[in-house]
Amino acid sequence: MSADTTATAPPIRAERTRDLGPYASGSHRTRYRLVLAALIVASLGLTGLLLSWNNPFEIFSERWWRISTMRVTSIVVIATVTFCQSLATVAFQTVTNNRIITPSIMGFESLYILIQTTIVFFFGASGMVSLPPLARFLLQTAMMVLFAVLLYAWLLSGRFGNLHVMLLVGIILGSGMGAVSTLMQQMLDPNEFDVLVARLFGNVGNADTDFLWIVIPVCAATGGTIWILARRLDVLALGSDISTNLGMAHKRQVMVMLTLIAILMAMSTSLVGPMTFLGFLMATLAYSVTDTYDHRRILPVAWLLGYVILISAYFLLRHVFTLVDAVTIIVELIGGLVFLIVIFRKGRL
Amino acid sequence: MIRLHDVVKRYGNQVEIGPISIDIPAGGVIGLVGPNGAGKSTVLTMIGRLLTPDAGRIEVGGSDVHATPSKQIAQTVSILRQENHFVTRLTVRQLVGFGRYPYSGGRLTQHDEDKISEAIDFLDLTALEQRFLDQLSGGQRQRAYVAMVLAQDTEYLLLDEPLNNLDAQHSVQMMEQLRRAADELGRTIVIVLHDINFAAAYSDYIIAMEDGRIAVHGTPDEIIRDDVLTRVFRTPVTVVDGPTGRFAAYHRAGSTTP
Repeated sequence: MSADTTATAPPIRAERTRDLGPYASGSHRTRYRLVLAALIVASLGLTGLLLSWNNPFEIFSERWWRISTMRVTSIVVIATVTFCQSLATVAFQTVTNNRIITPSIMGFESLYILIQTTIVFFFGASGMVSLPPLARFLLQTAMMVLFAVLLYAWLLSGRFGNLHVMLLVGIILGSGMGAVSTLMQQMLDPNEFDVLVARLFGNVGNADTDFLWIVIPVCAATGGTIWILARRLDVLALGSDISTNLGMAHKRQVMVMLTLIAILMAMSTSLVGPMTFLGFLMATLAYSVTDTYDHRRILPVAWLLGYVILISAYFLLRHVFTLVDAVTIIVELIGGLVFLIVIFRKGRL
Repeated sequence: MIRLHDVVKRYGNQVEIGPISIDIPAGGVIGLVGPNGAGKSTVLTMIGRLLTPDAGRIEVGGSDVHATPSKQIAQTVSILRQENHFVTRLTVRQLVGFGRYPYSGGRLTQHDEDKISEAIDFLDLTALEQRFLDQLSGGQRQRAYVAMVLAQDTEYLLLDEPLNNLDAQHSVQMMEQLRRAADELGRTIVIVLHDINFAAAYSDYIIAMEDGRIAVHGTPDEIIRDDVLTRVFRTPVTVVDGPTGRFAAYHRAGSTTP
């Protein structure tokens, strides 16, 4: 061990060498920095590639920009969605003290769809139109956050302290809410159904970008709050007993985090619809490449990983295979496979 | 001083712990003993404010643990439970570093680092400090957790069965280290113990519980006696003079009591 530390940073005082911060050893630190640098380079490279691919004009010329700008929206959507999903998933797994279940698997997105459907079902498309679109959007998001916090705070309150039970309840809730939504959608007037579908099922290639101007600041503010609270997340990850012992009001902190998570999930779902395994994929890969407890180091890596994955999938499917609608499906396929591999390799939840 | 005043905890309609009232003097090692289900862990976790009592008041070092801000309590009393499972992969040093959270809020100063090093050295973990917890044996891991609460630098330390799953060698080693923490660092250490003989050998004060109430409390001399132990543990116990002090014999009770 001492060989590692002296190799990277020569000791000034004997005491200092014992302290390695959030890394297990000097080589872990070097590896983290390399991974972060590589991800930043890959993100920038892929963004540049996507902007200039098949763009016949001279780079950075006026006409080049005209074509690129059209692609910028997709890039912004991908960046926002991966931002929301990565932060929400990592924070959720930390407060629930597990690395399998994610907000998506627990049905946060199904809840959003159910709320949207219920509004159209009971108040009709006209009821939706009578409100200004922005007020409607904010109302739906507020309801989603409120219900998610109530429902999941109850679920996570320790009544179902067992991970297996929680996973089961989450999946049943998720598919139950999905089924109720489908039932209501089938009973809708076709016109109303049309209105609903238009706002429910976005995907990366065809995202619902009407409210992007409000989604981005909300995400930034929520993400910023999670970043500020990241040190508390480090402690919450040690479970309820140890974090209470260390002076954390555990229950209240979990509620705060669940609220932030619900906001991020609502934002992501409003843009591109449900993405069941994207969050899991990002979080799992991020834990294994960072190998630290420090959320300020895990969170950016999770986001960048997700961005690189989603933007590569988008690029390949749009420009190489011209199958843009399949982006979500492909990413979900990869995420689902990783989920299965992780469960099989661990042999337990 | 740890002061419990009419503390009650109910589990369902059948089981009730308390009402318990006791003043536990500060200083030294205090053993909490009793048969399974007597309520030892419940009382300890209530003192450590991990569990809220249904009635009553608990004061540690003058402040009500359930009414004072958690962060302030975390600088007065620390508690370690038997089972500690979490998914984060931590090295020994990182775990012990979390013990400084009530002071540092996660930003460790040089003073915190010194305290961490001290706790690690105190529990003989110096050579293992950069190892991950999942690379340690059960006894070493238990020591790492104790080092964490030691680094928390609290006057009162509550430990729930720290000897669970430890063999004879590691149990003795752990008790020696706790004894030293009480003597050299001046901590008050309350330990739930399963084995009455460990309580006899290492405690300054023993509290025996039975059926959710305190059956008897006092110095080891007052508690380690045939009549008291036989009543509390509901098993014939014979106290014999061993080479290092008094020893409670209760195995094969039928053949030892005439």
